[in-house]
Amino acid sequence: MSLGNAPNLDLIDNVEDADAELVQYLTFMMAEEEYGIEILSVQEIRGWEPMTQIPNTPEYVKGVINLRGTVVPVIDLRLRFQLPKIDYSDITVVVIVKVRIAGSEKIMGIVVDAVSDVYSLEQQAVSGAPHIGDVENKEFIEGLINVNDKMVVLLDLKKVLDI
Amino acid sequence: MSIDLSQFYEVFIEESFEGLDAMEAELLNLEPGDVDSEIINTIFRAAHSIKGGSGTFGFMAIADFTHVLETLLDQIRNGQRELESQHVDLLLKSVDCLRAMLVAIQNDEPQESELAVELKTQFQAILDGEQPTSPRIEESTEINDSSDTQSSSESQSVITIWQILFSPEPHLFKTGNEPLFLFEDLEDVGDITVRANLEKLPDLTHLSPEDSFIQWTITLETEGDVSEDKIKEVFEWVEDDAIIEISKKAQIEGLGDGIEEEAEPSTQQQTQLPTESPVEPETLDTAIIKDKPAGEAVKTTQVKSADKAEKPASTKSESGSIRVGTDKVDSLINMVGELVITQAMLNELGESDELDANKLAALREGLAQLSHNTRDLQESVMRIRMMPISFVFSRFPRLVRDISQKLDKQVELKLLGEQTELDKTVMEKISDPMVHLVRNSLDHGLETPDERAAAGKGKTGTVTLNAYHQGGNIVIEIIDDGRGLNTEKIKQKAIANGLIAETDDLSDDEINELIFQPGFSTADAVSDLSGRGVGMDVVKRNINALNGTVEVTSVPNVGSTFTIRLPLTLAILDGQLITVGKNVYIIPLVSIVESLQIDTRKVNTVGGGLEVLRLRDEYIPIMRLYDLFNHHDAQTELENGLLVVVESDNEKVGLLVDELLAQQQFVIKSLEANYKKVDGISGATILGDGSVSLIVDISGLIKLAGLKKAGKQGLDFDKPLSEAV
Repeated sequence: MSLGNAPNLDLIDNVEDADAELVQYLTFMMAEEEYGIEILSVQEIRGWEPMTQIPNTPEYVKGVINLRGTVVPVIDLRLRFQLPKIDYSDITVVVIVKVRIAGSEKIMGIVVDAVSDVYSLEQQAVSGAPHIGDVENKEFIEGLINVNDKMVVLLDLKKVLDI
Repeated sequence: MSIDLSQFYEVFIEESFEGLDAMEAELLNLEPGDVDSEIINTIFRAAHSIKGGSGTFGFMAIADFTHVLETLLDQIRNGQRELESQHVDLLLKSVDCLRAMLVAIQNDEPQESELAVELKTQFQAILDGEQPTSPRIEESTEINDSSDTQSSSESQSVITIWQILFSPEPHLFKTGNEPLFLFEDLEDVGDITVRANLEKLPDLTHLSPEDSFIQWTITLETEGDVSEDKIKEVFEWVEDDAIIEISKKAQIEGLGDGIEEEAEPSTQQQTQLPTESPVEPETLDTAIIKDKPAGEAVKTTQVKSADKAEKPASTKSESGSIRVGTDKVDSLINMVGELVITQAMLNELGESDELDANKLAALREGLAQLSHNTRDLQESVMRIRMMPISFVFSRFPRLVRDISQKLDKQVELKLLGEQTELDKTVMEKISDPMVHLVRNSLDHGLETPDERAAAGKGKTGTVTLNAYHQGGNIVIEIIDDGRGLNTEKIKQKAIANGLIAETDDLSDDEINELIFQPGFSTADAVSDLSGRGVGMDVVKRNINALNGTVEVTSVPNVGSTFTIRLPLTLAILDGQLITVGKNVYIIPLVSIVESLQIDTRKVNTVGGGLEVLRLRDEYIPIMRLYDLFNHHDAQTELENGLLVVVESDNEKVGLLVDELLAQQQFVIKSLEANYKKVDGISGATILGDGSVSLIVDISGLIKLAGLKKAGKQGLDFDKPLSEAV
C-alpha cells in the first residue's frame, strides 16, 4: 500500500489555498474496484487474523477479535456487498473504523482485499459527487468521484455497518 | 484573604442530600400525636447542619428556608407545639423543595423558587397561627434556650445590647471560616458595631498571611425577644476555633425609657420585664430562672452543636461516589502490599539467567501466590461495589405515602430482604423501573377502600417489595393484593391496537405479558401517575438492558406480582469453558446443575423429534449446542459428547457439548457495545491466550431452541414437558 503519494492527484493543485476544504479519504481495493472511506473514521489497519465466530449471524459477520481488551466485530465487505468471496491471504487487511450508529460510537473491523491510497479531496467535489441510479448496494454509496481518471466509490460507512 | 469555598460545594451538597434523606426517612417514622423526641432530634440535627453549611457557603435562600423549618421543629422538640399531620406533610414538601434547591446549586441555577416562598409562607402561617399556651412558651423558650421564637408583639419594644468578644485562634482561616461572613450573619440578628483589636498583630516581617491575629469586639443591638442562643448559633461553626464571649450589656425598654446599665453581667438580677402585662408571681419566676443562662454567659460559651460527627450512613443512589468503610479500604491496601511483595519476588526470579529446578519451584509458588492475591484483590474490589438494596427501597415509603394520599387509597408498604446486596451500577439503573412498577401497582393494582370492602378484602391494600438472591441473580418482586390484571380488557385493547389478532389463542400469562408492549395502557383515564401508555415497555427495555428480565403473574381479585431478575454484577462471571467443534464457549457456573455422559438407553424421542433424557425422576430435554449455533465441525453423536444440565427460570435443559475445559472467572465484555444483541449469547470475554470467547445466555438459548423447533417442526417447545411426554 502506498500511503500519501498525493502529488499525482489533479484535485489538490493548490493545497495552500484550499486547505480548509480538503477531506482525506482512505481507499482500498475490492474486486478490482477502488472504494474510499473518510480517513478520520479509520482507527488502524491490521492484518487478517483468526477470529471467534458469532453463532447465527449473517455470513458477512466474520466474528469478533480482541482489540486490546475491546471486543470488536469484523465484517467482510465483499460478502456484505454480495461480491464473490476469495480466500484470505497475507495481504488481506482488516481496517478498524469508528462510526456513530444510532447514537453510539461503535468500533468495527472491515475486511478488504488490500489498502490502496490516501487522497485529499475537495469538500465540494465530495458533496457534489453524483448520486447514482438504480444499482446494487446503492444505499451504501455516498457518491462516485474521479481521481486521475480513476473512479472511486465513496462509501457511507454508517449505512454499511448498520447491521 | 479569601478561600475559594467552591471546592467544598460538592461535599456540602452531598452531605446535605444525605441529611435530607435522613430527614425524610425519619419524618415517615413520625406518628402525629406520639412524638419520639429522638426522631425529632435527628430531623432537627439534619436541618440544622444544612442550615449551617448553606450559611457558611453563602446559599442564603437555603439557609433562610431551613431556618423557618427549624423553628417549627424546635417548637415541636420543646413540646410547645403538638405535631400534626399537616406539619409532617409540610416538612416532607420542604425536603423536596430543599432537594430542588440543592440541585439548582449543582446546576448553577438560582436557588430561589416559588415553591420555597410558598412553603415559607405556610410555615410562617403555622408559626404565627394559633399560639401555643402562652405561659408555656415563655417558660420553655427561655429555660430550654430554644434558638429562637417568633417575635411576640409584647416584647418588641425591648432593645438589648450585647457585647461579644470574638477572639479566633490563628488557624481560623484554615478551617474555612471567614469572620466577615459571621458578621454578616450577625447583622441579621441585630445592628452591629465591630471594633477590631490589632494588639496581637505582628509586624510585617513576622506576619503570616494565612493566620488570624485580630480580635474583634462586637456590640450588638437586638430588638425584641432574641435569646442568647440565637447569637451563639451564628458562631456555631467557629466555636472550636475561637474564644467567644457573649454578655448582655444593657436593656432598653420601650423607646423613651432609660438604660439599665449592668456593670457585671454575672450579677444582673432581672434582665427583662414584660412591658405590658402586670408583674405576676409566675412571670417573675420565669424571669429569675431565665437569668441563669445569662449569668453563665461570661464564660466561654459552649453551644450544644448539631452532632456533626454523626452523619447517617446513607448515600443518595444517584450520586457519583460511594461511601466505603475504612476497614474495606485497609484490607485493599494490605492486599496491594502483598501483591507488591509477590511481584518483587517474581521479578527477582525473572532476573536470574538460568532457571534450575529450585527456581522453577519458587517461580510456580510465586505464580500461585500471585493468582491468590489477584483473586483476593478482585473480591475486595467487587465487595466495595456491592451495596444493600435498602438504598433503593428507602425511597419507597415516601413515594407510597404521597401516592396513596393522592389516590385516596389506604396502602401498607412491606419491605423484605432489604439487606440483599447488589452491584451499585445495577442498583442505580433499577430504581427508576421499580418506581414505575410500584406506581403502577398503586394506581392500577390496588382498589379504593370501598372497592376493597365490596370485594371482601381489608380496606388497607398491601404492596410488598421483596428482594432475594437466587443463583447468580437478584430477584426483586413487587407484589400487590389488588384486583389483578384484567386479562379480558388487555386482550381487547391488544386487538384494538393490532398487537394480536382476534383469532389468536393466547394463554392468560401470554396476554398479561402484552402490557410490556409499547403504547399499551388499559387505564380508562390518564392520570398524572400512570396511564399514558409510556412506561411498561420502557421498564422492560431498561431491565433488559441490564441483562435482566421482568415478568408478571396475576390472579384476578387476589393481586399481581411483578418479578424482576437481574444479574448481581455486570463485571465478573464464574464460568465453565466448553467446546463445540473448534469453538470455545463459556457457560455461567451458576446455571450449571451437573455435567454427565449420556446413557443413550435413557434417551427418548418424543413428539416432533424432541430428545429427552430421563435423569433420575426428571425428563431433561436435550439441546444440541452445535445445532443451535450452526456449527458444522462438532461431533454429533450423543454418546461421544457430554451433557451439561443447566437451569434457567426453573426450567432444566441439557446442552450437548463436545468437551469441558477449565472453570475460571471471566471479565465480562459487552458484545453489544460494538455489535448488537445476539440470541443465546449474553456477552464475551477474553481468554488467557488473548482470543475472544462468547458467554452462553441460557434463558436466551432456551428461547432460541423454542423458536428453532417451532420453525422446523411446528412444535411448541414452551409447553410443559409433562404434556409432551
